[in-house]
Formats: sequence, C-alpha cells, structure tokens
Amino acid sequence: MDKNLSIVVVEPDQDRGREIAEGLSAIGYRDILIIGDTAKLSSKVMAAQADVVLIDVANPSRDVLEELTIASDPMNRPVALFVDEDKEGLAKAAVENGISAYVVNGLSADRLRPVLDAAIARFNMVGRMRTELVQAKRALEERKVIDRAKGLLMKARKIDEEAAYALLRRTAMDQGRKVVDVAQALVTAADLLS
Amino acid sequence: MTVMNIGFVPLLDAAPVIVAAEMGFAAEEGLTLNLQPAASWSLVRDMLAFGTVDAAHMLAPVPVAGALALGGGTKVNLSVGAVLSMNGTVIGVGEPVANRMRDAGFVFDFADPIAARETLLAVAPKPLRLGVPFPFSMHYELVTYWLGVAGQGAVDIRTVPPSLMADAIANDEIDAFCVGEPWGSLVVEQTAGTLLLPSTAIWSQAPEKVLAMRTDWGDENVEVRNALIRAMVKAAQWLGDPSSSTIAAEILSATEFLDLPAEVLDRGLSGHLTISSRGDNRRVIDFVNFFAGAANFPWRSQAEWIGAQLAQRAGLDQKTACKRAASVFRSDWYRDAMVGTGFDVPGASSKIEGANANDMPIASALGRLTLKPNQFYDCRVFDPDQVG
Repeated sequence: MDKNLSIVVVEPDQDRGREIAEGLSAIGYRDILIIGDTAKLSSKVMAAQADVVLIDVANPSRDVLEELTIASDPMNRPVALFVDEDKEGLAKAAVENGISAYVVNGLSADRLRPVLDAAIARFNMVGRMRTELVQAKRALEERKVIDRAKGLLMKARKIDEEAAYALLRRTAMDQGRKVVDVAQALVTAADLLS
Repeated sequence: MTVMNIGFVPLLDAAPVIVAAEMGFAAEEGLTLNLQPAASWSLVRDMLAFGTVDAAHMLAPVPVAGALALGGGTKVNLSVGAVLSMNGTVIGVGEPVANRMRDAGFVFDFADPIAARETLLAVAPKPLRLGVPFPFSMHYELVTYWLGVAGQGAVDIRTVPPSLMADAIANDEIDAFCVGEPWGSLVVEQTAGTLLLPSTAIWSQAPEKVLAMRTDWGDENVEVRNALIRAMVKAAQWLGDPSSSTIAAEILSATEFLDLPAEVLDRGLSGHLTISSRGDNRRVIDFVNFFAGAANFPWRSQAEWIGAQLAQRAGLDQKTACKRAASVFRSDWYRDAMVGTGFDVPGASSKIEGANANDMPIASALGRLTLKPNQFYDCRVFDPDQVG
C-alpha cells in the first residue's frame, strides 16, 4: 500500500490530535500535520498541500473547508468531500463515527480506507477516555456537594452523617429530584444566608 | 405515529422545526420528530444525503448549489418542500471599524444600506475582511449583492461558523460579518461589534431557511412529506403571531436547542434589536418573517434568483443554472400538502422578485392572499423569464 499521502488532521484538542497522528504513523504514514487553531483554517489547509483532511464532524469549522471546494484559482488543488466517487459507504461510515474527510479529487477509496480506519479507531478511543474522565469528574463534584450538604444538616439538626444522608435522599425522592440537586439547593441557600 | 429524524443547526430560525416538535404541531399530523442538532451546514447536508436524517432545516442556497454541482457534497439531489423563514440575519462591524464609521459622522440608523456601504468602504481597511457562515448562504449572496461593483476587489469574504463569529471579530480575524440571530446579538453582548443593517434592508423578502429533503425520499414518501410540510406551516403560523415570541424564546433557550438566555433570543423574534454595547435599540418590522404573506411557499423564482447569483460567481450559464435551480423549490409539493387545510396557496409558482413596494393581493386558491412588500435595496427587479 502506498503510504505517501499528505494528511492534515484538524483537531483543537491536542491529546486527540496527537492520538490520531500516532495511529496513522503506526501504520506507516509519515506526512501528517495537526492543525489545532482553526483561525484562517482554509489558508492553512491550502498551504499544507494535503491529500486528505480529517476533521471531527462536531467541529463547526468544518464549514470553512467548504471554501476549498470552490477554489477558482487553477493553481489551487480542488478538494471535495470524498463521497463523490465513493461506492462503499466509506463516507457514511466515517460521518457516523464522527469524522469527515476531504480529499483531493481523484484519490481512490482504497487509498483512503486505511487512513480512515486508523483515524476512526483512535478518534473513538479518545472519545471514550474523555467520556470516562468527564463522568469521573462529575462524580467527584457531586460527592463534594453532597458531603457539604450532609455537614450542614448534621450541624443544623444535630444528627449523624447517616441520618443526614437519609434525609437528603428522602427529600429528593419526595420531590422527584436527584440527591445532588437537593444537596446543591441546600448548599446554595446556606451560602446565601451566611 | 411516524418517527422522523430531522436535522437542524442551532439558530433562531430553527424555530419552526423545534416548535413543531415541542408544541404538538407535528403530533397533530401523526409525526414524532426526533431532532438532531448539527455543528455545521456541511454536516446537515451530508446527514440528509446519507439518510441519517429524513429532512432538515437548511440554508436556502445549499440545495440550489447541489443542483448546480457546486460545493463539496454528494451527488444526491435535494428538494425544498417549504420556506421556513424570511430574513432574520444581520450585518455588523467590529468595534474598530464601528468607531471609524462614527468618527466619519455615520449614524447607525440600522436602515440605510447605501449610506452604510459608502461609509463602510470609505473607512474600512482594504481589503475588508467579512465573515459569513457558509459559502452557499443568503448571507453571502445578500452581502455581495449589497456591496455590488463597489465591493469587487475591496472585500475578502471568509467562512466563519456562526458560533465563532463573535470570537473572530474579537480576535481581529475579520472586520465585519453577516450572521443569523442570535449570533449578531451575541457579538453586541460581548462588546465586540455594532450592528449595521438587518437583511431586510437589502432584500425585504429574502428566503433564508428552507425545509430540505432528498428528492427521492420525498417522491417515495408522499404522505409523510405532506404531513411534515403541514406541521412546519402550522408551527410557522404560531410563530408568526407576535404574542408567541415570549414562549418561543423560552422553548428555544433550552439546553438541547440553543442553550442561550431567552432575553437574547427574544430580540430577533420580536424585532427589537440592541445594536451596540452602548445600548442603542432599533425596531425592525418583519425582522424575521415566519409566516405572513405566504412566506412558506417555495417560489420557483426565489430559487432562480439564488441560481442566477451562484451561476454568476461560478461562471456557469445563467439560463441553464436558473432552470436547474427552479426544479429544486417544489411549489407542487407545497400545494399538494395544503389541499383541504384551509391554508391559502398562490395560483402561480413563480413571480417577479423585487417588484412590489407595497402589500400586493394575488390570485390564490381561496382568494385571500396578500404578499408582503418585495423590494431590493437598489429597486432592481428580477424577472426569471428575462435571464440569460
């Protein structure tokens, strides 16, 4: 397989950009540029003379790449969403996996497939790691709020920790709310009153 | 209930789609709308092409560009079943340019496009860097139409996603912009710029967003297509009632839709805009029009105007382009959907754009339709039969 493709990865998240680039170099691609800052994106991509541009579908700057599809200067390399000549559902699969790719006209699907496969794999891996991180952080935050609320109740009502938690939980159930929401309301009220 | 996936970009004028789902207009038509937000217009277009969504809130020029084989999309044909909104966008300038315009004695009246253009081009850096959300958008077409000959060579039009417009101004990547609400108001909120003109000042009846679907999907699902068009028109009628704007702003402000304060959204909905961080207010009649004057009818001539502009820019044959463009706006689908509903539809499918300075009664199925004033700022008219 020909590995002489010049690949641009548009990814503001440094970790994810690096992961995708590592995934691509692990299978032999060497010419990879990560663009993190999307300001002046189209001129940066143009300057890179890329064969393939990969971008997260959730990135609003994807619309900027549309400018490249109507490049009027004959010296410019026309870029298209590669689905134009795609008969294998590659583009659809990529978009559903969160990546869209722009390629220079004429690049065949079989040259693109390994690039996309590697990018999608890394992309999803980082996505999962990030989701886990966000959830772990949220759980920590929630525990902090609940601990503060318990402390407030213990002091105000002269009850022990277990009773304080039971009170929070019962109130939450009665009101059809989450324990953390009730705890947050209590903490906010206490801050306001103090 | 038929479940449909509908794509939209979080903007004020996604309101018909959101309201149809939230206020029960879709349910009345036997539809459950599963709304799918997208971060970019190119993504909405691809979601339509791949069948990830059945229909979408879309920039009016995108399906036309597709029919002319312009842009990076697939070769899947898209059709327009209804216009979802007229206008609702603003042109603005960053504070450095705004200050120079003030120094030159310009009054930000938010109304006079010629005075605004003359002053802007006189004081702005050359070239003037102007941000629009997408290469195929009414923003692009209206701005180039407004700047006209004076703008040629003097303006560098760049694509900037709506949500990044305020940052692009603040970071001095652009000097001016044209963007849909609420993003213009957010530039003002961030004290980064001042609003110069509403899009109505350039063309009082500019079709802004449309209900787009794959042509083959529409042909194969006539009943669902009709139900969806009706749901959109009923939602649009509700939105067209001024007393709805407060509730509409509340619905749109939800996290899963625009996730912005209702007060900022209400400015565009009610046409009471705050144009500068000094708090200057301007009232614009029909700033965004969701319903009045058969606003939802997809006139073939609207598509032809867009087609003619795109053809001029891309160097395509005007006559062929207009013919292809006209086939995208499906006035026939719209008429089919409205049979027996009590909603009136125009008798003609095409009209001369820019030809009436006042309200104009027209021939219609039920005989009680009046169109809104339809004028370009330069009083030119666009007659599709005279193209080429």
